[in-house]
Amino acid sequence: MNTKLSKESFSDKLFTILNTVFMSALFLVVLYPIVYIISASFSDSQAVVSGEVWLWPVRPSLEGYKAVFEYGQVWVGFRNSILYTVTGTLINIIMTVLAAYPLSRKDFYGKNIFMLLFMFTTMFTGGLIPAYLLVRDLGMLDTIWSIIVPGALSVWNVIIARTYFQMSIPHELLEAAQLDGCNDFQFVWKVVIRLSGPILAVITLYYAAANWNQYFNAMLYLKTQDHYPLQLVLKDILVKNDVDVGMLSGDPQDAAKREAMKTLLKYSLIVISSAPLLVFYPFVQRYLVKGVMVGSLKG
Amino acid sequence: MSENPFVKRLIKSWQLYALMSLPFLYLMIFKYVPMYGAQIAFKDFSVVKGIWGSEWVGMKHFSRFVNSYDFWRILKNTLILSFYNLAAGFPLPIMLALGLNYLRSSRFRKAVQMVTYAPHFISIVVVVGIVKELLDPRIGIINKIIGFFGIGPINFMGEISLFSSIYVWSDVWQHVGFNCIIFIAALASIDPSLHEAAVMDGASKFRRMWHIDLPGIMPMAIIVLILNTGHILDVGFEKVLLLQNPINLKASEIIDTYVYKVGLTSQVANYSYSTAIGLFKSVINLILLLTVNKIAQKTKQGSLW
Repeated sequence: MNTKLSKESFSDKLFTILNTVFMSALFLVVLYPIVYIISASFSDSQAVVSGEVWLWPVRPSLEGYKAVFEYGQVWVGFRNSILYTVTGTLINIIMTVLAAYPLSRKDFYGKNIFMLLFMFTTMFTGGLIPAYLLVRDLGMLDTIWSIIVPGALSVWNVIIARTYFQMSIPHELLEAAQLDGCNDFQFVWKVVIRLSGPILAVITLYYAAANWNQYFNAMLYLKTQDHYPLQLVLKDILVKNDVDVGMLSGDPQDAAKREAMKTLLKYSLIVISSAPLLVFYPFVQRYLVKGVMVGSLKG
Repeated sequence: MSENPFVKRLIKSWQLYALMSLPFLYLMIFKYVPMYGAQIAFKDFSVVKGIWGSEWVGMKHFSRFVNSYDFWRILKNTLILSFYNLAAGFPLPIMLALGLNYLRSSRFRKAVQMVTYAPHFISIVVVVGIVKELLDPRIGIINKIIGFFGIGPINFMGEISLFSSIYVWSDVWQHVGFNCIIFIAALASIDPSLHEAAVMDGASKFRRMWHIDLPGIMPMAIIVLILNTGHILDVGFEKVLLLQNPINLKASEIIDTYVYKVGLTSQVANYSYSTAIGLFKSVINLILLLTVNKIAQKTKQGSLW
């Protein structure tokens, strides 16, 4: 038996080698663009456009980041995005707990009807134009509410939270609390929320990412430039290549230098705009598998 | 107090209804009112008369779409992108989950997970920005790499035939790690004694993967597949819109971008026509979802409900 365990068969060795090669290849393919972008963002602008950057920063400099700092529109976008993301995510979490808790209670009369109402919206929607007309008729166009309210709740996150409540908050706890004169409102506030840290962390990440990364609703509903979230500013710069060269320092007459600065600005912007979420996500990462597992259970 | 048991039950859990009231209100206003508003697909919507007052025209807008010059091209583009994306984006996360499960070094496994999950949290705008920078014909790194092997330079974004591949593989890059989480969870729930017994019987790792792990995650894979089928006509519209340029438009115009343009950015914006196209898509999606779910139920392969 011992020999069998310590000496792997040829086919197992081959399997391990092939698997390691496959995993390493995938790892590198996903990792390389990230490393390249970060390195380029910290390089000299001429080094980036002349193709000297392969893996590590070449002639390290912060001129790209300096250009970002001097680009006014980006800061307006940052400020708006923080406002929309913080307010929006807070509302998202409150709404999700409000919906998920009653749905997790077996004795909630009418539970199945509510579930059906929620689930149906994941399979069928009224479409773009009716949604737009609604927001317009509610007078929300070009206000912060048009960004926050239409996406106040995601049904999938409600299902995830509901299943977690069902599994991790025993019915006996509710009964004991009720004997002590605790009502449902107090129970949600004092017990449910306090016992649901991991799942709240996961859905906070999902909502925050969705809010931070959203551009389409903003493009649809906002008209005033000063209300634009960061993603809309990025869209002009990264996708439409629409850079206000007046914002770039250096000799405005030197076209080649300006083009190089434009490219460097883009790499630095990509890094800065993605950093908030990528810094936050590792703290929640260990809960992700758990969150997905819970969400996939039928209850 | 009423003697009616129904009313009694309602009163007994009034606090739960109070909690539910705000989400319920949201659902009604922002999900069900637009469904009601979708009736303008069967009307000639006029701003003055409103949704209710506009005149009924039956299936006029639907038949106009189906008979239009653009119809087959848009449907074809949508289906190509969708099936291509499914063919690449469905098996790869499963393979990644299976492979991760057999990595000996847990540090390497954690590193792979950490790195492959990360792009999921990058915004669509930034991903499209990255794609455009890296694929740039003049200074993009991809062209430098293939130039090493004597290929190119290729103007990727200006090549109509490459559009679907750019869309699909950037999507795989972004989501392969995150989409594998659900299969890692499914693998974790497989009874370890199955593997122990198989090792005793001298089964190789490959055979264990094939005969234990794969069947173990099959129910989850079927559910993911059913859900994907229910969205077969919903290609990542926000991303396609950003990737579009005048050159690739012939391959990149899909139903959702068409709905957006017809309804909101066109000179002669037509709300009713646009809504009809969107509704056409929604109904086909719903029918597909219900059909595939039924087939899966009949063949005992698992089901959504």
